[in-house]
Amino acid sequence: MANFKQYRTDFPILDQTVNGEKLVYLDSAATAQRPTPVLNRVMKFYQTDNANVHRGVHTLAERATADYEAARVTVQKFINAAKPEEIIFTKGCTDALNLVAATYGQANIQAGDEIVISIAEHHSNLIPWQQLAKQKGAILKYIGLTDDGELDLADAKQQITDQTKLVAIAHATNVLGTVNPIKELAQITHQHGAVIVVDGAQAVAHMPVDVQALDVDFYAFSGHKMMSPTGIGVLYGKADLLATMPPYQYGGEMIGEVHQQASTWAPIPYKFEAGTQNIAGAVGLAAAIDYLNQIGMTQIAAHEQALVQKLLPQLLSIDQLTVYGPHDPAKHTGVVAFNLTGLHPHDLATALDMEGIAVRAGHHCAQPLMEYLQVTATARASFYLYNTEADVNALVTAIKKAKEFFRIGTGETK
Amino acid sequence: MGLEKLNSLYREVILDHAQNPHNKGKLASASHQITLNNPTCGDVINLQINLDDTDKIKEVAYTGEGCTISQASASMMTEAVKGKTKEEALKMAKTFSDMAIGKKHSEADLKELGDAQILTSIMEFPARIKCATLAWWALQRALLQESDED
Repeated sequence: MANFKQYRTDFPILDQTVNGEKLVYLDSAATAQRPTPVLNRVMKFYQTDNANVHRGVHTLAERATADYEAARVTVQKFINAAKPEEIIFTKGCTDALNLVAATYGQANIQAGDEIVISIAEHHSNLIPWQQLAKQKGAILKYIGLTDDGELDLADAKQQITDQTKLVAIAHATNVLGTVNPIKELAQITHQHGAVIVVDGAQAVAHMPVDVQALDVDFYAFSGHKMMSPTGIGVLYGKADLLATMPPYQYGGEMIGEVHQQASTWAPIPYKFEAGTQNIAGAVGLAAAIDYLNQIGMTQIAAHEQALVQKLLPQLLSIDQLTVYGPHDPAKHTGVVAFNLTGLHPHDLATALDMEGIAVRAGHHCAQPLMEYLQVTATARASFYLYNTEADVNALVTAIKKAKEFFRIGTGETK
Repeated sequence: MGLEKLNSLYREVILDHAQNPHNKGKLASASHQITLNNPTCGDVINLQINLDDTDKIKEVAYTGEGCTISQASASMMTEAVKGKTKEEALKMAKTFSDMAIGKKHSEADLKELGDAQILTSIMEFPARIKCATLAWWALQRALLQESDED
């Protein structure tokens, strides 16, 4: 684990004090921090190559276009898509999922069809389907969880039927810290003639992802959770599906020919990239992928797993503390949600903030899951490649201090 | 700095209101009521008010869920506005909202808030200001809603 310490210096933002304490950043599931090589690459693009893409014949436009398309190939290779044109740049993961709902969904979902999602979905992979179902008179069904918070595969087999047209599911969940069995779900989905849309926001930055091996039809993720600038994301789609889908937005760049009363569309991926895209964002995303590749996704997954191995037993040994999701560290990603009995997570998060520790507290954009778990909110710590065992220990110590401050479990009130 | 600073937010009186809330529960009927939530954190408050013939707050009660600050604030707010006229209560709500966003307010206005003025300490914790103001917003909305219908 020691060799990961070297990467920490690539993140100048981590080298500061917050409320007089050394910053411990444990909110990477919300957004990751950016390493200097990514920031430098974006700055270099603006300083040397910036121009609009696919339009000019001048040299800068050529260079910017080459950078932008090279970024697409970098993404393609990173998730092992078959072709670069299967990579659509979006403004984020939410945008990518909305794209599928607004195009594939609008064209293919009809009254009485079923859309199947899980109860643990982030709102971004829930509301687009809920609203599509409402609009079309389709039925939105939920796959439940096992007692330890994992996706109930037996229930998935019940919920996905011949009436199902689309299954939308997170690869890794943003509260419970579980990894869903995407390959099996894709198989089940395809047996029923439906397509599977995967929300990869919490997965793609933390583990190797191979969209062909998983055999998913769509795979969406954001760049900022994997250290790129904000405002850039990716939708992967199988080429034959993308080709049949109507455009998402209309305007420049996405057209074939435009006449007074009719237009034709550009081939994929450009059909889905109307208007000037986040070019520097795409360049920054490619730089982030280069950075991740240098370390290795398998190594990153192992590093995070080692941190969770240290963290979970310590958290579970704290009296009055509940950890949501699996208690077996091997089944848990670097996303850990928890509560202290009798203390609202906002109060806990404020206490941790006073100790310099940044965690998220709230419903994590997963209100149906909160209802399912019968909590209003939780605290959540999330780890990334720049976190260390010292961060784990700082969190555990601070939780114990907070518990003492609020006199949790002592039977008395402060 | 550590947890010592927490003492300025979680004062005894605040913790006491959170743990032993005043006016928590449901009224049999209410002339004014509203449910408000803070969508960013899931805090929710249902506020019920009964005005008497002279527009005075005769009864006030709330139910809801949330953090220590939001619950204490609701308890202190209901305690502070009981027996006040609608106009006075609205003025208090404005004083509290102004205070919470750092706007100027007179010492006399602040005194009117009773225990609730102790939540001025929330200014040191910008991320928690919304927790403290939710109950006062609910009061304002509930009282104004009715006058819209008049």
